[in-house]
Amino acid sequence: MFRRLETAGRVETVTVSVGGKPVTLPRGETAAAALVAAGEAVGRTTPVTGAPRGPYCMMGVCFDCLVMIDGAPNRQACMIEIREGMRIDRQDGARRLGG
Amino acid sequence: MSAQWDLAVIGAGPAGMTAAMTAARLGLKVGLLDEQPRPGGQIYRNPAQPTPEVLEALGEDYAHGMKLIERFRAADIDYRPGATVWDVTADGEIAFLRDGVAGEIRARHVLLATGAIERPVPVPGWTLPGAMTVGAAQILLKTGGYVPDHPAVLVGGGPLLYLVAWQYLKAGAQIGAILETVPRSNLWSALPHAPGMLRQGRLLAKGRRWLRDLRAARVRRIRGVTDVRIEGDGAAEAVSFQARGRRQTIQTPLVLLHEGVIPNTHVSLALGLEHGWNDVQQWWQPRLDEWGRADKTGFSVAGDGAGIWGAEAAEHLGLLAAHGAAMALGGDSLDQTGVAEARTALNAAAGARAFLDRFYRPARSQRVPAADDTIACRCEEVTAGQVRHAARLGALGLTQAKAYTRCGMGPCQGRLCAPTVSALIAETRGLDDADVPAYRPRPPFKPVTLGALAAPAFRAKAG
Repeated sequence: MFRRLETAGRVETVTVSVGGKPVTLPRGETAAAALVAAGEAVGRTTPVTGAPRGPYCMMGVCFDCLVMIDGAPNRQACMIEIREGMRIDRQDGARRLGG
Repeated sequence: MSAQWDLAVIGAGPAGMTAAMTAARLGLKVGLLDEQPRPGGQIYRNPAQPTPEVLEALGEDYAHGMKLIERFRAADIDYRPGATVWDVTADGEIAFLRDGVAGEIRARHVLLATGAIERPVPVPGWTLPGAMTVGAAQILLKTGGYVPDHPAVLVGGGPLLYLVAWQYLKAGAQIGAILETVPRSNLWSALPHAPGMLRQGRLLAKGRRWLRDLRAARVRRIRGVTDVRIEGDGAAEAVSFQARGRRQTIQTPLVLLHEGVIPNTHVSLALGLEHGWNDVQQWWQPRLDEWGRADKTGFSVAGDGAGIWGAEAAEHLGLLAAHGAAMALGGDSLDQTGVAEARTALNAAAGARAFLDRFYRPARSQRVPAADDTIACRCEEVTAGQVRHAARLGALGLTQAKAYTRCGMGPCQGRLCAPTVSALIAETRGLDDADVPAYRPRPPFKPVTLGALAAPAFRAKAG
């Protein structure tokens, strides 16, 4: 859905995995941006009907970008900054306890 | 022992940053809690590594924000980024999460500068991946330089819609179309306020420049759009709509929605501060005195969280609210010139705001779903029809409708569905919007894990 503007300057990067796929993007971006950079429109499916959802508001209001981060469920991808080696995975249906 | 501040500011947008800097200058011990990792709020959302290409696309207002951020960083403020506030008590105790660990701070006065959220746009298909808000797309542009890779379709109304279209143009991204849903009859209610708008020459020139550049680039603008539907199987594939008496469809994987912004009142409503209904902006706002102080002692609100005034006015409101807090705390040092300047600027801004609010007042159909099967509550997937049914059974507001349908019971806690659900209840029960009580959020304002709450105790034990 999106592409990144080319930049002439040097940018520090971080590599994360999105659904097991490595994605490299500038340090300081969010896990939701990592989904976008990976071309993943869907971050979760809903607990009620299993409908696919992706980031909607990008500012912490809608909770539609909930994903699993490093195995922990229900993380707001748009509010979490990426770290080297972070694992971002789809959250399907209701979250599991003790994850 | 938890820290003690004279003034706690919540939110590091233009209002919060200015309030904190002003209060520090007035001699208060000031702390600021903000959920973002860097200051600026959503309006000046601030990339960790700004590139010249992105700054160029964003324009001069954003450059002004960068300067404000620099001044804020240099001020004597206990600034705590990455802090999610999840409770504020009536006596000024603030509970927050930082790096997954719970923390607490006590303040003699609390100033909420929680800004605005985008008004929900509950049209059929708005939950499909690929349908997002114009503001969300702009955040991706600000923080990472992301632009649509296919021609996106922008739907709705309001200054932000044209600003983002213009920023995309400058960044070399294609725009499929701008579908304008604002009723043309709005002009008649806005017209009496035109003189106030005309006096804001700089603002007017900016808007004219955006529209001129969009015209020069032959961006397709379709006016009088109604009955918008986002279509697709598992993701947005097209947007269809009614215009000039016929149904039209545009293929696109990215539909960006915007019907203006409303105050983010989640915390001010939870605190039980007195609110009033703003019928032009179509949402609640806290009732404040001329210094931004609420009806409950020890609390103030500044910026868009107090009613939509925009980023420039937010700085003035922040300055006034800092003075209000300082006076409430017994201070007597006043920046007379600063206060006078802020009041003059706000009077001028109010004139333009009165025009803009009326001119871009959203069409009812973009705010209240006509079809019963359209989703009103995204979290719990409650439809407009289910809310109407609950209203017929006797639900007086979101709080009751929640018990009947689970709407507002998901992780967003009603932040996003409350405007839609309240409007549906008003419509079904034949009431004015102001007669449907505002929802009453409860702490925790954001989900907190037991692990985060227990972490400080475990650390103390281990230490």
